Amino acid sequence: MAGAFDDSGADLELVGITKRFPGFTAIENLNLTIPAGSFFALLGPSGCGKTTTLRLVAGLETPTAGRILIGGKDVTDSPPHQRPVNTVFQSYALFPHMTVLRNVAFGLSRRGIQDALGRAHEALRLVELDHLAGRRPSQLSGGQQQRVALARAIVNRPALLLLDEPLGALDLKLRRQMQLELKTIQDEVGLTFLHVTHDQEEAMTMADTVAVMNKGRIEQMGAPEELYELPKTSFVANFLGQSNLFTGQVVSSSALSIVVSAAGTTLEVPRERAERHAGTVTIGVRPEKLTLLVEKPAPAAGTNVLGPGIVSDVSFSGVSTQYLVEVPGAGTITVFAQNMVFGPVVNRGSEVWVSWAVGHGFGLGDDQEAELRFTPDDDTQSIATQRRAALEAELEA
Amino acid sequence: MAFGSFGGDVVAVEQPRRSSRAALWLLLPGVVYLAATYLAPLVSLVITSLKTPDLVNFDIGRYLYAFDVQNYVHVFTQYGAIIARSFGYSAMATVFALLISYPLAYFIGVTLRKYPLWQALALILVIAPFFMSFLLRTLAWKAIFADEGPVIHFLQSLSILGPNAHLNGTPTMVIFGLTYNYIPFMALPIYTSLERLDLRLLEAGSDLYANPISTFFRVTVPLSLPGVVSGTLLVFIPATGDYINASPQFLGSTQTAMVGNVISDTYFNLLDYPSSAALSIILMVLILIPVSVYLALTKTEDLL
Amino acid sequence: MTMQEAAVLGRVEESRSAGRPRGPRRNWGVVVYSILILAILLIPIVYTIVFSFNIPARTNSTWRGFSVDNWINIFADPRVVAAFGTSILVGVTATLVAAALGTAIAIALVRFRFRFRTGLTVLLFLPMATPEVVLGSGLGSQLLNLGIDTGLPTIIVAHIMFCISFVVITVRARVASLDPAIEEAGRDLYASPAQVWWRITFPMLLPGIVAAGLLSFALSFDDFIITAFVSGSAETFPKYIYTAAVRAIPAQANVFASIIFLLAIILVVVQQVNAGARRRRYAREG
Repeated sequence: MAGAFDDSGADLELVGITKRFPGFTAIENLNLTIPAGSFFALLGPSGCGKTTTLRLVAGLETPTAGRILIGGKDVTDSPPHQRPVNTVFQSYALFPHMTVLRNVAFGLSRRGIQDALGRAHEALRLVELDHLAGRRPSQLSGGQQQRVALARAIVNRPALLLLDEPLGALDLKLRRQMQLELKTIQDEVGLTFLHVTHDQEEAMTMADTVAVMNKGRIEQMGAPEELYELPKTSFVANFLGQSNLFTGQVVSSSALSIVVSAAGTTLEVPRERAERHAGTVTIGVRPEKLTLLVEKPAPAAGTNVLGPGIVSDVSFSGVSTQYLVEVPGAGTITVFAQNMVFGPVVNRGSEVWVSWAVGHGFGLGDDQEAELRFTPDDDTQSIATQRRAALEAELEA
Repeated sequence: MAFGSFGGDVVAVEQPRRSSRAALWLLLPGVVYLAATYLAPLVSLVITSLKTPDLVNFDIGRYLYAFDVQNYVHVFTQYGAIIARSFGYSAMATVFALLISYPLAYFIGVTLRKYPLWQALALILVIAPFFMSFLLRTLAWKAIFADEGPVIHFLQSLSILGPNAHLNGTPTMVIFGLTYNYIPFMALPIYTSLERLDLRLLEAGSDLYANPISTFFRVTVPLSLPGVVSGTLLVFIPATGDYINASPQFLGSTQTAMVGNVISDTYFNLLDYPSSAALSIILMVLILIPVSVYLALTKTEDLL
Repeated sequence: MTMQEAAVLGRVEESRSAGRPRGPRRNWGVVVYSILILAILLIPIVYTIVFSFNIPARTNSTWRGFSVDNWINIFADPRVVAAFGTSILVGVTATLVAAALGTAIAIALVRFRFRFRTGLTVLLFLPMATPEVVLGSGLGSQLLNLGIDTGLPTIIVAHIMFCISFVVITVRARVASLDPAIEEAGRDLYASPAQVWWRITFPMLLPGIVAAGLLSFALSFDDFIITAFVSGSAETFPKYIYTAAVRAIPAQANVFASIIFLLAIILVVVQQVNAGARRRRYAREG
């Protein structure tokens, strides 16, 4: 590896990875393949194991079980400095005692690559910071530090670039700008990017493949549109955007669809959009797919109708208006309506019906849960905190 | 807290804690060193304090391993008054140092806060004595307060002192020396506490109908307590064991001997190592008792 | 500097705060009083420096007039020079060893979990809470019991012992403020463990280690009480002053003490100016 740049990204393969910390399991039997040259996002709430996954790939943690392969080569037992992997840390982790230029040249010098400084300047030009090469990191703004951290990683042309919520500390505008920049750089240099984030919007706009992670395993993986349009678990349905979910028994099924008895009525879902076809199933529909009706509609094929219900809340958010509708037997249903007309379509207290096209519904592979399974924070530092608590408990015992 | 309150506000970063062999290798040399040069000597002191003179082959400074508790009885009866005097001098010096240092620390930490340059200068002046030899400083006072020195002449000219008055060699002088030498130890920790004091709290105090005096006693003093605790320990512990100020060669006389003088005398002049060791153990225990009580009362647990 | 002085100095300089609201009304009584106390604190220092410029004579206890002779003939008294040299040698050696041992402990304390943590904290605290005369007589008794001759090596051994704890407190604060991610970044950027230590961790700890070293040196240089018990025939600068105090202290002792004092004050002023500049820079750049 030393001395040579990788021409293109490499595949990353995680085989049966398990990581246990004293007292808790961060990752359970994780299998994942990230093809070379892709921009892959690991999306999940705090505590889902995504940062641990990243640290395992970087070599900063050792898996309890399983293998890690980069470009087909097993690196499980290689220390971090011998892996063709570079990381953009959440806190940037720039070396405070070195200039920006020395920071960027650090990896190249360690690998004995010629003209480290020249290449470092080049990388700084790529992130448009070459004019600040002589400064110390403490003299840069947050956005500039972020770009230096990025330059310091990509200048090494790693087979795999790891991004640990690098945009987390930036304000919204800077964040958008950096997202665009990252995407451009990825297109230019053609590396494999593994991006860890809890921001679904960030994951969906940047990545070509998103894996939604929860409680140490991957719930669902695919292109962003696919995940959004056809979530397969209640976690994905709720973590990625919002969903209205209904649980009930399958009362009939045909070659094209299944019919579920739920919410005091029967609801139809296309067979190929449902994970389960018999027994108790949870089906759902996205709030923007729903139509509000002020009169009870005539029954029509290919449409599900719920109601009557009472509008309990109307909140205007510019592009759309969110309505909360209390339907007896179905709970609270969220409806997003485009603001096609001036002012709300219906007011609080109105009696309404809700309908959607059967083709927009989806059937989940698991049962609806009362609430999201959020557990405490999972950035690098909280892992340390958790681990310390666990160790302390262990020592005290 | 006590010794660490000089710390300053270094922002600690959450650290990953690993349990590893590496820790052992990092700790081992230093811990072994301290065990051999701090703990073992304490054990040695205990052993020595129980030794008995060799009556068969008698020689000065020659003792046999024994379990002679008599040494403790002996030093208590012989030097009990001196031990009590040491604690008395030390307690008085601690109180004086506190009374003198608090206003000074308040001046530097609060009054001078608006003038960083003056504040820095005042701080340097407080720590300046640290860089001048402790012995030379004390000898300087001895010269200043000498019988034919300027202070005595001045006081005699005012008829405050009689014609044959001395200052050196008196208990007053020893307590003066202890107080002088330990003022910076008191002033700096109190300064550190007061420096962190948020002045808005004082404004809040006056806003809540407290007059300046009750604001001072109900807000400022309690918030500076950690500094007072540190300062008190930093003065009391070394002052009790000090034997420079009380030594006849410096500010004291044979009548002002403190326990440190006796430990050094029995060790160097009488070669009575068991008595010297017994006195050291007694001093250590007598200091640790009030210190622990004091720490328990002030609820300052974090010593480092 | 004595041991307790070092304890106080430890980390005072970093606690300076930034601008806050208008303080309470100025009390002129406190101002005058404080200036008076500061002046009294300085009297013996001024006295010592002034008497380094006394006209040379057999004793240096009375003022005879201004002269720079003692500063020019600084090496006139071989015993003062030898004692000063011994103190420098002891101070440097003890500082280097204590800095190494103490830094290792500081890193372990912050970065690792281990059993007997509380016990270790107590072990580190106790030498600072033990009167020096007890430390000295303890070491002396032990050397006596073991039949080890006292001399220069035993002075160094003793000085290392009482310096370690101060190094640990000073360096520990620095280690605690170090973001572990920075070292991880080093490992990630192809630095071997040794390179991470020498190129990243050590340079970042250096200001703390240097501060601890200066502290150690200062307290080793001024120690008399412990040294007295373990020095045998070896003579350090404070021991020389103590012995000479019975007869007469040559003015050269004042010259050496003044030099050390002025060097230390210059170091502190430079450090304050640097810290001030750093604070202003941070304030400017937010």
